[in-house]
Amino acid sequence: MNPLELVGASPEPPFEIVFAGTPVPAYPGQSIAAALQGAGIRAWRTTRVRARPRGLFCGIGVCFDCVVVVNGSATLRACLTEARPGDEVEPA
Amino acid sequence: MRPYDLAVVGAGPAGLACAVAAGRAGLRVVLVDGGPRLGGQYYRHAPPSYRATRPGVLHHGWRTFAALAAALPALDVDVRLRHRVWAAETAPDGLRLHCLAGDREETPVTFPAARLVVATGAHDRVLPFPGWDLPGVLTAGGAQALLKGELVLAGRKVVVAGTGPFLLPVAAGLAAAGARVRGVFEAGRTAGLAAHPGILLAHPGKLAEAAGYGLTLAAHRVPYRGRHAVVAAHGNTALTSVTVAKVDAGWGPIPGTERMVPCDTLAVGYGFTPQLELALQLGCATRTDADGGHIVAVDARQATDVPGVYAAGESTGVGGAPLALVEGRIAGLAAAGRPAPARLLRLRARLREFARALHAAYPVRDGWRGWLRDDTVVCRCEEVPYARLREALALGAADARSVKLLARPGMGPCQGRMCGYAVGRLAGSPEGLGHRPIAQPIRLADLARFEGDPT
Ligand SMILES: Cc1cc2nc3c(=O)[nH]c(=O)nc-3n(C[C@H](O)[C@H](O)[C@H](O)COP(=O)(O)OP(=O)(O)OC[C@H]3O[C@@H](n4cnc5c(N)ncnc54)[C@H](O)[C@@H]3O)c2cc1C
Ligand code: FES
Repeated sequence: MNPLELVGASPEPPFEIVFAGTPVPAYPGQSIAAALQGAGIRAWRTTRVRARPRGLFCGIGVCFDCVVVVNGSATLRACLTEARPGDEVEPA
Repeated sequence: MRPYDLAVVGAGPAGLACAVAAGRAGLRVVLVDGGPRLGGQYYRHAPPSYRATRPGVLHHGWRTFAALAAALPALDVDVRLRHRVWAAETAPDGLRLHCLAGDREETPVTFPAARLVVATGAHDRVLPFPGWDLPGVLTAGGAQALLKGELVLAGRKVVVAGTGPFLLPVAAGLAAAGARVRGVFEAGRTAGLAAHPGILLAHPGKLAEAAGYGLTLAAHRVPYRGRHAVVAAHGNTALTSVTVAKVDAGWGPIPGTERMVPCDTLAVGYGFTPQLELALQLGCATRTDADGGHIVAVDARQATDVPGVYAAGESTGVGGAPLALVEGRIAGLAAAGRPAPARLLRLRARLREFARALHAAYPVRDGWRGWLRDDTVVCRCEEVPYARLREALALGAADARSVKLLARPGMGPCQGRMCGYAVGRLAGSPEGLGHRPIAQPIRLADLARFEGDPT
């Protein structure tokens, strides 16, 4: 069983985003965090003080652990930001 | 822009029920939510492009949601999703909601309204412990949101821990969706509510819901252990195991009972903290709830002490989706100047009684302090270790605010939402780290654009 089977989902075909140079599939409507998590990427940032890895924590935009840089400029919360085809995602 | 009769912030159970009730009473409503879909936390669901044929299997009461969502188009309710409200203010001619629209473009939009309902819900309440900052450790609600909203499993080998009945749907959902759940560790007693048999019998629906989760867990052979807590998480760059210990009634770990449980994911939560920023900005009075949390104070009509401002759902006390639905409806009727039917008021009273019983059955005990080590990060944003907080307390910081000034927990981007509860408890200030003026982060450029031109 997987979550897609559980709810009887047949998602539209995924497109690609790029995380730190690696292509990652994302379903239309999926957040960047979910796409990374779905691809088995669970840490996508390093902390300033202790240089520790971080990824998803609260999942709803409250903790700011999941921030990434998208397409070279905006620093965004990956859990709130819907992936778009071709997005280039880098650690914040 | 012509002012709306009513602005509702939050499209979870409370806000949805409110918007529908007010719309049916003839009001012109704007329903605003930062998220991409209706439903809030409880009814969070996958995007329509997933074409789910059984969208309700991960939910209890999906039909209620479907009916509310289906009622909106026929009403004068302007649904504004992906609109994050960062400020609410009272003006001489009514109220104003300042939003940023879009998940990355951030176009500023302001909605004027005669009345406002704050239905902003809650976020997970977390406690620090060694290793809780490792990737793979996430909040129980976060794991649930990822599953319900994105149909992604938080991990393959999962431990669920914390306190309260919410751990059960989280574990059951993960198990049903294919994760191997290694155990559910409840720091309180698993039979928490059994101490209140009268209350359980008065709420057969809750009993049935709990029994359903119990069956799912049993079918997947998931153990549910009371008086057990995850006291440490281990791994180098990601979670590989947790230490589970038996705890005493005060949550102090019992020496010699520790064991390692291999896992790639820990979903952990110790209840919920209401999101009060907008209510606080508007100057609404707050009070302390039965669980020690800080909530918006409302009267029988869900009205706050600020004229025209109402609140409903978890922002007025953590009580679950059924209570949020009822409070939302009452607030919507009140905003339309309609009295709530007595039946609805009785239902609210019963559900609040149930919520109080749950708070009494699943309190957070102070023994979690015994899980902390000197280098345990307490504030995740600023990576403030426990030792630094202790120094601040030793230097005479007598409340959370002085601890914050001395040791700087809660000064990072989350503004103390994650560590506020723990720091408050460590410093003996139940209100946590205090007021946060801005509800959502905003770029300075956007802030400047609002000066003098609130349209
Ligand atoms: C992550 C998470 C997952 C949960 N999952 C479950 C579950 O599966 N089962 C369960 O029984 N309970 C769950 N809960 C508990 C939940 O709080 C209640 O079940 C219920 O959803 C509360 O309803 P509500 O209407 O009060 O608030 P919510 O459902 O939380 O809705 C509040 C809404 O307000 C919006 N909002 C908040 N602030 C702003 C702002 N400034 N601008 C714009 N929009 C804003 C949010 O986006 C959200 O959609 C969960 C809680 C959390 C935090
Ligand atoms: S995971 Fe907490 S903000 Fe995204």
